[in-house]
Amino acid sequence: MVGIIGYGAYVPRHRIRVEEIAKVWGADAPSYKRGLMLEEKTVPAPDQDTITISVEATKNALKRANINPAEIGCVYIGSESHPYAVKPSGTTLAEVIGATPDVHCADFEFACKAGSEGMFVAYGLVKAGLVKYGLAVGADTSQGAPGDALEYAAAAGGAAFLFGTERVIATIDETFSYMTDTPDFWRREYQHYPQHAGRFTGDPSYFKHVTGSANGIMEKAGMTPQDFNYVICHQPNGKFPQRVGKMLGFTREQIEPGWLSPILGNTYSGSSPMGLASTLDIAKPGDRILMVSYGSGSGSDSFVLTVTDQIDQVRDLAPHVRAQLAANKNYIDYGTYAKFRHKILKAE
Amino acid sequence: MSTSAKLKREMPQRYRMEAGKCTTCGYIAFPPRSICPECQAREFDTVILPDEGTILTHTVIRVAPSQFTDEAPYAIAIIELGEGARVLCQLVDCDLEQIAIGDPVKIEFRRIQAEGKSGVLFYGYKAVPA
Amino acid sequence: MRKVAIIGIGMNKWGELWDTSLRELYTEAALAAMDDAGVARVDSMYIGCMSSGLFTGQEHLSSLMADYTGMAGTPATRVESACNSGGVALRQGFIEVASGMSDLVLVGGVEKMTDVDGGMATYALATAADQDYESFHGVTFPGLYAMIANAHMARYGTTREQLAMVAVKNHHNGSMNARAQYPFEITVEGVLDSVRVADPLRILDCSPITDGAAAVILCPLEKAKEYSDKAVVEIVGSGHATDTIALHSRKDLSWLGATYTAAQRAYAMAGCKPEDIDLAEVHDCFTIAEICVTEALGFFDKGDGGPAVERGDTAITGKIPVNSSGGLKSKGHPVGATGVAQIVELTEQLRGESGKRQVKNARRGLAQNMGGSGGSTTVHILEVK
Ligand SMILES: [Zn+2]
Repeated sequence: MVGIIGYGAYVPRHRIRVEEIAKVWGADAPSYKRGLMLEEKTVPAPDQDTITISVEATKNALKRANINPAEIGCVYIGSESHPYAVKPSGTTLAEVIGATPDVHCADFEFACKAGSEGMFVAYGLVKAGLVKYGLAVGADTSQGAPGDALEYAAAAGGAAFLFGTERVIATIDETFSYMTDTPDFWRREYQHYPQHAGRFTGDPSYFKHVTGSANGIMEKAGMTPQDFNYVICHQPNGKFPQRVGKMLGFTREQIEPGWLSPILGNTYSGSSPMGLASTLDIAKPGDRILMVSYGSGSGSDSFVLTVTDQIDQVRDLAPHVRAQLAANKNYIDYGTYAKFRHKILKAE
Repeated sequence: MSTSAKLKREMPQRYRMEAGKCTTCGYIAFPPRSICPECQAREFDTVILPDEGTILTHTVIRVAPSQFTDEAPYAIAIIELGEGARVLCQLVDCDLEQIAIGDPVKIEFRRIQAEGKSGVLFYGYKAVPA
Repeated sequence: MRKVAIIGIGMNKWGELWDTSLRELYTEAALAAMDDAGVARVDSMYIGCMSSGLFTGQEHLSSLMADYTGMAGTPATRVESACNSGGVALRQGFIEVASGMSDLVLVGGVEKMTDVDGGMATYALATAADQDYESFHGVTFPGLYAMIANAHMARYGTTREQLAMVAVKNHHNGSMNARAQYPFEITVEGVLDSVRVADPLRILDCSPITDGAAAVILCPLEKAKEYSDKAVVEIVGSGHATDTIALHSRKDLSWLGATYTAAQRAYAMAGCKPEDIDLAEVHDCFTIAEICVTEALGFFDKGDGGPAVERGDTAITGKIPVNSSGGLKSKGHPVGATGVAQIVELTEQLRGESGKRQVKNARRGLAQNMGGSGGSTTVHILEVK
């Protein structure tokens, strides 16, 4: 039996509301909130980045897995906001948790799909018997260009998953990946903010790949939406995962537990992983979960998971995602947000 | 200036809070020391400091040294982490006007300093309200 | 061990001395002390200086200062113990004369602090803290003393107003000192309304950034009259102690252990007690420091330092006048010079030359100079013969 033996998430404390951003750009907040189904998003503190978020998410995963970190054989961080352009994030994470030096380490980047990519590989290595435990984290401190629609959603957060073969809390029953070369969203080297292709990011990109991946894995596993208790699709905003869920034949009840984007925003590589973590927070033994990621460029990884009895032993050993979202919130104004996110030009 | 060697050398303390515990009297040395200041014994076990503690005293830095001016104002506290182990570090994610001696805190991993815009990043421990 | 006298003192007007260089500051004070003593050369020289390297880029002050005081060839030693550099330089000079090694020793202190901006000055001063486990996290010296203040206030009920009263008293004294950087009166309200630096300390709780120097000439007591007609002042006690460099390593965050120990050593050598002291110059780098120091010196019980200021016990007319010079607060704090300037003030007071701020019947004075957050302290006791 191979699967998840520990999971954990981390949510930064600061928030900015859609209204606060819209006010600055003279945009119509109610239409954004309705159209994209967004209320507010997380903002990382100035001393937080993909590495620090990965560390805190991993510490929560380790609390649930209760293993010796030195036995972790691979450490992967998926992100599009690695603090260094050259120098891995994962090495710092591995050093902090005490997994070095006998460990394989790599950083992944595939827009918002990098987190699920790491999960795919870590799971694969455990299943192949190459490593005892595998660690994969999806985390981001994403930036949308000031005034761009992405600015309302680009958020910060992450989730970490430990894979192993003993005390498994959710087995991985099937995997599937769906990928084509689709230029819907990108950031060129040395550019601070990403660019996107407007409405091209919708049907030919997100919806095509998410449905392709979800239908592919269900066909491969011989399942239908009715076989699942819960589904998590990547959440670039509040609306897309709802719409794609409906397109695939899922109900709102199946989507709801992992649907975090209205109050979290889009945590990019952390998005569907955090949705999965939030779903595991409430799942019962025997529940079946479908997770479908999406990364621009474009691709989608899918996993079919079945929750085991072990979930009840570990669920409360670390803070739940929604509890973190509700706790100790600090709403900031756009000026503070601009300062935190280094959008203000200062004298050298 | 090359700070890479220093960054690397200090990782056990900055990243994992590795301390020395005197095998004779139990004194916790953070960072580790060669000789116990309490009993002069020279044997220590490596221990990891607890990640929860309480505030012994605190301040809010409003006039900061050159490498921290972007972050001011920020809080600093001396924290007791149990067994007498104490650290000084920043206290973040808190209301600067509401910090009090005795408040419970926990340790989080944060970025402490950056060596300019292109140099290395220094990570380590900070405290947040528990 | 020979008895040691102070036969010459020299000090410039302190402040932001934009036109004066490091070497000029030192030379001016040193030559003034030599003139006061009536000597043309000395046998040896100690220079207290904390951080000329970071403040001006200049190290190797031994050679530079011997050279520019016209005595290249003379043995010279630069002494560093953070803000206690001047005090330790004095102690080294005292030991050299007492031991019989030299007869005439010049002890100077200097700091040129305004050639860097405020952020850099704050950084340079913060190097006196534990660089890896205090300064690394962004704490400053005002921050460390602010944490001592919060601990002291929580433990003993010391009030914000009592802290302010230290600054008000010292500015009052400094207003009568022509050499002070800020020779003017301030009010408690003014302190409480001033800019916040490190809570609960405000800018008027803090000693300033200062350019300045001070110097004294030491010789064996039995030869003092050969050089000078002035009243002879003897160093009757010298105590020196260290504490942990990091504030957080100390068991009691509201107590200055090194000051207590150095004082006990000085009292023992001098054969006197706290109540035998007529006046004191102490290291009021921040208002809370003076309160803690007066407790550690034994002038007041633990926790009574704040109420003592409020009662007026430390005023020039009080039970134990503290910082008649204006202290670091009003006179200024060129860090390496401070410990030597305290000796200049006490010598003047004991000679009866202090004019409007003269302490009546001053026979025995104490100087306490402190480095870092209390990690090193020297205490010297002076008596007029
Ligand atoms: Zn011991």
